[in-house]
Amino acid sequence: MKQLADNRAESSNGFEPKIVGFFCNWCTYLAADLAGTSRLHYAPNVRVVRVMCSGRVDPQFVLEAFAKGADGVLIGGCHPGDCHYQEGNYKALRRYVLLRRLLEQLGVEPGRFRLEWISASEGERLRAVINEMVEQVRALGPFRGFNRLPVKLAQLHGQKECSKEPASVETVEL
Amino acid sequence: MKPKVAFYWCASCGGCEEAVLDLGEDVLPVLEAVEIVFWPVALDWKREDVEALPDGSLAAAFINGAIRTSEQEEMVRLLRRKAQLVFAVGACAQLGGIPGLANLFDREEILEQVYVRVPSVVNPEGIKPSCRWSDGGRQLELPEFWEGVRTLAQVVEVDYALPGCPPTPALLADAVQRLLNGTLPERGSVLAPDHALCQDCPRQASKPDSLVVREFKRPHQAWIDPERCMLAQGFLCLGPATRSGCGARCIHGNMPCTGCFGPTGRVRDFGAKALSGLASIVASQDEKELENIFRGIPDPAGTFYRYSLPSLIGSRKAQS
Repeated sequence: MKQLADNRAESSNGFEPKIVGFFCNWCTYLAADLAGTSRLHYAPNVRVVRVMCSGRVDPQFVLEAFAKGADGVLIGGCHPGDCHYQEGNYKALRRYVLLRRLLEQLGVEPGRFRLEWISASEGERLRAVINEMVEQVRALGPFRGFNRLPVKLAQLHGQKECSKEPASVETVEL
Repeated sequence: MKPKVAFYWCASCGGCEEAVLDLGEDVLPVLEAVEIVFWPVALDWKREDVEALPDGSLAAAFINGAIRTSEQEEMVRLLRRKAQLVFAVGACAQLGGIPGLANLFDREEILEQVYVRVPSVVNPEGIKPSCRWSDGGRQLELPEFWEGVRTLAQVVEVDYALPGCPPTPALLADAVQRLLNGTLPERGSVLAPDHALCQDCPRQASKPDSLVVREFKRPHQAWIDPERCMLAQGFLCLGPATRSGCGARCIHGNMPCTGCFGPTGRVRDFGAKALSGLASIVASQDEKELENIFRGIPDPAGTFYRYSLPSLIGSRKAQS
């Protein structure tokens, strides 16, 4: 609870999670449309990228989103059996299950990466999922880059025992 | 005058140097055609000798290994100044390689593990390497061990990459030949075919039309049929995602591809793309069952980024 309270404090200091949403054209994107036309209020933290199918979401896109400063990534696809392209969402599911394990190894907490089935009629569910995820990511705090990768160099330089530093250090802007 | 070339090694195992030796007698015409002015593994030239050369006076520098220490960084910067062309030789220089897996741990953890925790180490005072050390009035200096491992292209501009762990002697000989003939392709090229290994796989005919995987086995867990497609047998083979050019050496040795030749030209991140392709052919539509099947891959980062962790999207960007 303490941690949550601390994070709330941080959020009042201005941390607003940035979440990249890859939404399927045939379902979740329409759900977002429906949520809009129904005037549902929900957290404005998701930057939506429309894709033709959740199966189009290349794991490279997910890494790229995190690398470019996303605090979370949400993939929205059609319910099992409903894919416009028969089985694109199953491919998304298979990749998701393995990719989330890889991301954990790279220091991405599970709450930052999510796959949800949200149909075109489920504007209310879209609102619930987004609100929930935004709070989860808010509690986790800003994503600081893939853990233990050279991105961390910049933070550690001050603590080095030697004054020599790499002649050039380029870190990813987060 | 014969063109001058240099060979250098950074964070690597020496296997790429072996590849040069594996040229066998084919190395003789190479030695006829070029003058090797620097090659620490074989010749006794010193750093001062390289520093004394005019800038740009080397036709090429062949550098293997990833960059982990200040010394490696200084040396490759020096060679970059002296050489007209820099070749990243082998998976470590091109993608980070096996040493790049150290990026899963931070510097302090690594030093603690290697110099303190390992059971065979006796180090009661817990002494770890440091840059400066004085002993009996003598000052010793050691290179700094940087926080992370970088690829060669993340430190200096690289003109060509020779992939592989190690590159085959044939690829190496071909690169030298092209250098001498002036028939090198566009700068930035990877000097190996730009298609996946499956296309050249000796077992291609045994690959089913629709390839599905129901379990992942590791080579020590089951007998491997020496004729059939590895993936069709359930052995995790990265052939579909890996650049060809190795002559399918591992497959001929009845071992699945582990991806040392890295991605083809249209892929940015080898691990993500390999994971994507492999995962999507698993025969299940159920999350729990998928989790179970993927237990056959106990270490996804070490499997898909075995040779390329420092090249992960979001690691340091390559310098231009």
